[in-house]
Amino acid sequence: MTTLIAILIDGAIYASWLFLVAAGMTIIYGVMRVLNMAHGSFYAIGAYSAASLVSWYFSSDQGNPYWSLLILPACAIVAGAIIGLFIEQGLLRFLHGRDEILMVIVTYALMLILEDATKLIWGVNPYFAYQPYKLLGQTGFGEHLRFANYDLMLIGIAIVIGLVAWAALNRTNKGRLLRAVIHDREIAIAMGVNVNAMFAATFVIGAILGALAGALTAPAISVSPGIGVEVIVLAFAVIVIGGLGSIGGAAAGALLVGLARSFAVHIAPEIELFVIYGVMFLVLAIRPQGLFGQTLARRI
Amino acid sequence: MLFAKLSASATTPALLLMAAIFAASAWVMPAWLAFLLTLAFSKALVVLGVVIQMRAGLVSFGQALFYCVGGYGVGLASQYLGVSDAFALLALGTLAAIVLALICGWLLTRYRDIFYAMLTLALSMILYGILVKSSALGSTDGFNVSPPSFLGWVPEGDAIKRTLYLLTVGVSAIVALGFHSFMVSGLGRVTEAVRENEIRVEYLGLSPQRMLFANYVLAAGLSALGGGLTAMASGHIDPDMAFWTTSGEFVFIAILGGTGHVAAPFIGAIVFSVIRTFAIQEAPNTWQMTLGVILLALVLFLPKGLWSLVERSKKREASA
Repeated sequence: MTTLIAILIDGAIYASWLFLVAAGMTIIYGVMRVLNMAHGSFYAIGAYSAASLVSWYFSSDQGNPYWSLLILPACAIVAGAIIGLFIEQGLLRFLHGRDEILMVIVTYALMLILEDATKLIWGVNPYFAYQPYKLLGQTGFGEHLRFANYDLMLIGIAIVIGLVAWAALNRTNKGRLLRAVIHDREIAIAMGVNVNAMFAATFVIGAILGALAGALTAPAISVSPGIGVEVIVLAFAVIVIGGLGSIGGAAAGALLVGLARSFAVHIAPEIELFVIYGVMFLVLAIRPQGLFGQTLARRI
Repeated sequence: MLFAKLSASATTPALLLMAAIFAASAWVMPAWLAFLLTLAFSKALVVLGVVIQMRAGLVSFGQALFYCVGGYGVGLASQYLGVSDAFALLALGTLAAIVLALICGWLLTRYRDIFYAMLTLALSMILYGILVKSSALGSTDGFNVSPPSFLGWVPEGDAIKRTLYLLTVGVSAIVALGFHSFMVSGLGRVTEAVRENEIRVEYLGLSPQRMLFANYVLAAGLSALGGGLTAMASGHIDPDMAFWTTSGEFVFIAILGGTGHVAAPFIGAIVFSVIRTFAIQEAPNTWQMTLGVILLALVLFLPKGLWSLVERSKKREASA
């Protein structure tokens, strides 16, 4: 029984983390048809900027330590907005509507560049920003189980972000316009929608979400080179399982992968990585377009 | 048209000549250069696998799967089966990859575009996950591969490196010749037709799926060959061989060289090795950035790779 609760809570925590990482990526793909290989770098940049700022905040003469919890998202929003705007306006703007596979290669090149850029800015030594993680303490479940409140907070944040994204897409005017663009880009242009502005906004929001995921994860890990590269394939797996471009799909994919992984970790730890991609492979073998994806007719 | 025929018939002697030059230079060039070229040629074999699929319009972001299987096939066979002959080891590694490809290909050839790219990536990451976690296979550290023998002959000292270099050049030459005749064969030409318009190929009464399957298995075999040669030359294998960034490197080289000619991946691999060697030496913290900038420039300004420069100059000659 204890194991089962542990599996479920661990799975939920991991799933929320996965959702945070994958949400930005699936939004960018859904609107722009760009499968963003550089998303892991946004995650890394968010993590680095948050970690360095938080550790600076605690090393200097500080006021209320709870402010550090606000520093995390603030960092992410600033870093994500700058980098997202820069990349969209500087490069992707000229490549709208190109082959999807070409965009994979372009963003792969971006990832290589950003990966070294983070090394140049922050160096190769790890950063630690554990203070916010400790600050919130722990909650006990039963006798032997204890979970960090920070991790439990992630579940809440993931749910809030998911709901906000859903509401923004379905209940606001801008969101409805965005759905029109997703549905048929050319007709949207013909109807007078400023698609270029939509794309820029989407990319910036996606980049902010990626950086936010990194910033929120920073207190729980040691921030070191290579974290972005590891994250990116996980995010792929999640959004491919859910169906590319679908927020609900990303949530379902995250939940599926999160629970599968936490089962593996508690019962057969040696197959942990295998399980994640195994689930992806199984889903795609049965439903190639993912759980929530739409099937496309082949074009002649 | 006339020009195409000319160049097709000139390719075989040109390839043979290049192979002979590279082989003869084994006794002249310094050991480090021979080693660099050995690795570059082995890489080119893997890249050839990527190029085969690119010709059909499919980008494999998981070719490292077969690269790794080839390498581990060689390593495991020499460690646990006691096989030491280089040819037998290569054959075993390649065979393992082909068997695996027969299974995966059956599933993969139903997918196109980014789904193909992502599924191949997932497959290589599954292998990575297994290797990292299993201590019997060396886990994250991998293990060393002892130097092979060649048909009963055991070279010593520098002779090992030279023999491995010669072996790599020989294998590359055979593969290049075979691949060239494949490119101009019926199957090879239909592959390009599949890229242009798959459904029309179907209307013509051919099965694109079967075509892609054959290409996939062929690509797997070539990549495993490259992986096996790399394992013997570098004397070490580790799970990073299957990590997705390794696959990214192969895609990079394929784009660098281009898909227009069998020599293109070899040129791409040599140029890549040179860039990488110098970039690591001159700017160890920014060599990935250098690669990224070059890749971006290629995609934007030279989408058909370095080989298109050769084609362009040829065309100029032809029109003059």
